[in-house]
Amino acid sequence: MAAEFRMTPDTMMAMKDMLMRHVPHMHALGVEIIDAATAQAWLRVPYDEKLIGNIETGVIHGGVITTLLDNTCGMAVQLAMNEPTSIATLDLRIDYMKPATPGLALVAHAHCYKTTRNIAFVRGTAYHTDAEDPIAACVGTFMLGANRTVPSSVAAAKAALEATAKE
Amino acid sequence: MSETKAPPRDLNRFIEAIPYARFLGITVDQKGNEITTVMAFDHKLIGNPLLPALHGGVIGAFLEMTAIIQLAFETGSAAIPKPIGLTIDYLRSGRPLDTYARAQITKQGRRVATVHAEAWQDDRSKPIAAAHGHFLLKTNEDAVG
Repeated sequence: MAAEFRMTPDTMMAMKDMLMRHVPHMHALGVEIIDAATAQAWLRVPYDEKLIGNIETGVIHGGVITTLLDNTCGMAVQLAMNEPTSIATLDLRIDYMKPATPGLALVAHAHCYKTTRNIAFVRGTAYHTDAEDPIAACVGTFMLGANRTVPSSVAAAKAALEATAKE
Repeated sequence: MSETKAPPRDLNRFIEAIPYARFLGITVDQKGNEITTVMAFDHKLIGNPLLPALHGGVIGAFLEMTAIIQLAFETGSAAIPKPIGLTIDYLRSGRPLDTYARAQITKQGRRVATVHAEAWQDDRSKPIAAAHGHFLLKTNEDAVG
């Protein structure tokens, strides 16, 4: 399906706002795509009081980091593929190195460093401003061709591109 | 029930004090010493609108929260345990339904506890995800940050 369309870093950046609006949970968290490269993605979630895990400290819940890393890893996989492929997370392992600082946005970077016919291998980190000073790190594997749907982000980007082309 | 010496903590009050648990719509169903967490379906939890399916991160966060609630119940501590590491296995896609989870403490040490948690939807024998994680229990020396 739509073999001519490919999610490139440029496509992703051009469609970044729409891509996030298209995924209800990303929209609810206020996540934005801040950069993309071949097999790599950078996403950011702003600090928000509704995401606090401990009201005494104001620290964001670990689950928010899990979600941000999962999504960033998935986007890195899309940016590693030559054609639109449906993906599903098989496993994700996260190490939490230090609490996030209250008030600061969280950034996640993921790199899909290897793909095989069935599986994509990804690693990622979450940090505030310095990637060398991580809050959390993860490794994950994704199943490729996991279901019959074109990944929603790719479908949305393709529809938007076609609409633009018609104008 | 009347034999219970120490009445179980009010876990719903514990979880209502966690903004992120409210954001995800998590509540606790407690029957004696058996605790099931419930994450009511809401459109904002969707990660793939075409399938549709719950966001994988939400399922991971729900399992982490379930582990934290189980630890709070069994340790009787008001302090929220800190995750050190969490491994999530995604077994089936999360459909747009209410999701349930239970956790058991595999090993509780003085500083670290190992917890296993499993989430399911309409069929307990068909889990959608499982996680195991290590949590740092609050001690005075371990004031991280």
